[in-house]
Amino acid sequence: MIDTRVTIAGVELKNPVMTASGTFGSGEEYSEFVDLSRLGAVVTKGVANVPWPGNPTPRVAEVYGGMLNAIGLQNPGVDVFARRDIPFLKRYDTKIVVNVCGRTAEDYIDVVERLGDEPVDLLEINISCPNVKEGGIAFGQDPKAVEDITRQVKSHARQPIIMKLSPNVTDITVMAKAAEAGGADAVSLINTLTGMKIDIHKRTFTLANKTGGMSGPAIKPIAVRMVYQAANAVKLPIIGMGGIATAEDAIEFLLAGATAVSVGTANFFNPCATVEIVEGIENYMKKYGIADVKELIGAVR
Amino acid sequence: MSKIKMTAKVVSQEMIGTDIYSMWIQAEGIAAQTRAGQFVSVYTKDASKLLPRPISICEIDREAGTLRLVYRIAGGGTKEFSGYRAGDTVTVLGPLGNGFPEIAADRHAFLIGGGIGIPPMLELAKELHCEKTAVLGYRDAQLFLKEEFESYAKVVVATEDGSVGTKGNVLDAIREQGLTDSDSVILACGPTPMLRALKAFAAEHRIECWLSLEERMACGVGACLACVCQTGEVDAHSNVHNKRICKDGPVFEAGEVEL
Repeated sequence: MIDTRVTIAGVELKNPVMTASGTFGSGEEYSEFVDLSRLGAVVTKGVANVPWPGNPTPRVAEVYGGMLNAIGLQNPGVDVFARRDIPFLKRYDTKIVVNVCGRTAEDYIDVVERLGDEPVDLLEINISCPNVKEGGIAFGQDPKAVEDITRQVKSHARQPIIMKLSPNVTDITVMAKAAEAGGADAVSLINTLTGMKIDIHKRTFTLANKTGGMSGPAIKPIAVRMVYQAANAVKLPIIGMGGIATAEDAIEFLLAGATAVSVGTANFFNPCATVEIVEGIENYMKKYGIADVKELIGAVR
Repeated sequence: MSKIKMTAKVVSQEMIGTDIYSMWIQAEGIAAQTRAGQFVSVYTKDASKLLPRPISICEIDREAGTLRLVYRIAGGGTKEFSGYRAGDTVTVLGPLGNGFPEIAADRHAFLIGGGIGIPPMLELAKELHCEKTAVLGYRDAQLFLKEEFESYAKVVVATEDGSVGTKGNVLDAIREQGLTDSDSVILACGPTPMLRALKAFAAEHRIECWLSLEERMACGVGACLACVCQTGEVDAHSNVHNKRICKDGPVFEAGEVEL
């Protein structure tokens, strides 16, 4: 019998496989393809205190081995989200992680306070979106700002908080330590890398937003490196993500020091990716006689 | 209805115009539940190209369990598809989106297609049982699918270079021939400027009008919010003035969307 359970900030997940925010909606669209109860957790699309319309289109572009997106955190606002999406997810035997976005510290606090009485297991605080002009990444590129926003959100949150870190920084360990100093319960990384694509035929930017966040298999080595660095810099549990498409990819992140992983862009080219990764991790454990998935976490030093 | 991701067999592949290809694929599970105006996501075999290509359905043969995809080479992905031969495999996900609405038998349907927006109108021409006029807009005298439309509808052609039919676009043809009256209903697919002009024309003449929209997509199933269009009213799902083209569309009542 193999044990795939992992614990993040006191919340036990049946396995370390989660979805990456923004790639999975609130689970409804992918419930046609996978049994959400097979997943360790569903991480929702970012939600703000009020509805956000997002950016103009085109919002996505394909690049070699990856994609750029500049959705701009379109979301229906926390009221509709809490009324519609949380009850939907409660029908499944999985943990609910709500990704929270905001333009100001007050916005984040407003959302986490309104989610305080909801059956939400963890809050992931998005301080790393590269596609919005205010908030988002502005909080995630300065260690003082990271520590400050973490402390403020933590003091108002009823659920444990995960700070989602940006890779668009010189030293990821400085940001991970800042989140830890501010009282974060966990960190997740990496959000997307800021990129650009130019349409040489139209001689214009491919994305209406000019820049977008790069995701997909091409960014995986950068993400593995950053997870490894962060894991060796802080005591907090780490949720690793960035280009995970297969169980082998997920296991790399666990070995680098992640306690759990999130599957994002892979959902777009393989709607069953999440569950296939759960099964692949189990098969790997059987193949190598690993009784407990926790043996893999940070095993490569 | 449920979406199916499957490996389909290519039945045939044919070039029917410059960079325009017609591919029949064997996809029983999808063909059985597809209606005119829906689309499929087609995946490349080149793993460096991650995202599926949304391609409209040109014809459905439910008995044979096959679908016809007519597409234009727009980049490396569709270039790869054009190289598939009978017997090759292709991975598809579908059916996606909602099709065109049912049209009552006493109406006169104008099926308007511009360029690579022409193909999905062919299955619609087959399925509708009312009076039908197809207005097809081409660049030049390469009138792909035109003869096939003639089996199901009266056909009017516009060409940008004036080589066949009305010189100009589909709206020029409609105006020139005075094609519409109050029983008319417009159903259209094509480039955004064409759809924008049709929306204005339909509003001016108080004609019912349905438009099939296109946008860059990622997931194709409504999760990623890449392919949104603006709406006049706040949308019930998004709670903002946006609808998802892949899931809520691609066909919208013209008054619903801002183009």
